[in-house]
Amino acid sequence: MADIAVPATAPMIAATDSHGHDAHVDQGDHGAHATSTGLTNNKLAMWLFLGSECLLFGGLISTYMLYRGRVGNGPRPEQVYSIPFTSVSSFVLLMSSLTMVLAVSAAKRKDDNAIRLWLTTTAMLGATFVGGQVFEFTAFYRKGLGFTTSLFGSSFYTLTGFHGVHVSVGIVMLMSVMAMTLRGRIPGDKAEVIELVGLYWHFVDIVWIVIFTLVYLIPA
Amino acid sequence: MSAHVDSHIEAGHDAEHAHSDKRYWGIALVLALFTAAEVILTYLHIGKLFIPVLLILMVIKFLTVVFEFMHLRLDNKVFKYLFYSGLCLAVAVYVAALSTFKFFVH
Repeated sequence: MADIAVPATAPMIAATDSHGHDAHVDQGDHGAHATSTGLTNNKLAMWLFLGSECLLFGGLISTYMLYRGRVGNGPRPEQVYSIPFTSVSSFVLLMSSLTMVLAVSAAKRKDDNAIRLWLTTTAMLGATFVGGQVFEFTAFYRKGLGFTTSLFGSSFYTLTGFHGVHVSVGIVMLMSVMAMTLRGRIPGDKAEVIELVGLYWHFVDIVWIVIFTLVYLIPA
Repeated sequence: MSAHVDSHIEAGHDAEHAHSDKRYWGIALVLALFTAAEVILTYLHIGKLFIPVLLILMVIKFLTVVFEFMHLRLDNKVFKYLFYSGLCLAVAVYVAALSTFKFFVH
């Protein structure tokens, strides 16, 4: 007889990653289906989504870098940017990554009070960042930089606007998880759900790290 | 006896989490200092070194968040491949777009 094939859905017992960690550890006790990779589908999907998001922001950043010198009759980047203000915004978003990772840590030790504290703090820091971005857009508009003023304006507002929308979606996700946590309605592993939201939030942060340097700090 | 052992294990987990939380605070402090360094650099005139230094600081901050906060350093290789594929494709898109504008301007 030929070798007997093991069904792909058989429970994973010895699946380990390169570091010797149990690859299936997150799903063992929570009723999730075993997968052929030994990884949870949700986490795999989130990383796949983040990989595709790299392409989206890669395209937007490329477009901005190519067009930032095309100012036409409108103001130049250095005439509208306020580095001190954007630096504070960047600091706020960076610190929200800290509070997010503390929320994930709290979820892993099943500390519900700490989860709520850090999720709320993260959402508030995110809201502060978005508020700062709205203020910044308003200030730029008053200085004469509209969406259709120049290619620089269009590419700048498209890039930073897309990022702002991502932060806003992240805040909605945080508040939804928070509400579900309060009602005890999170299905499966609570720590994994919060970790997935955390991955998205950190991704939004790393995109801003790139935008802050390439768009604001490096002169056109 | 069993309860005693359980409480020891729980205490061990708490200590481990407290340790990792401290580590996260430390990493955030480093990231904040790097951001401050980036901003200070824009007010100093360091000539040709300005852009390379800024880019190096940006890459360090980027990788620190990815490895430490997103836990990619210790996570499964499949996640790394998925993320790096997107990242490499994004860089390829930038290079392709830049080349297009450089060589096909007419």
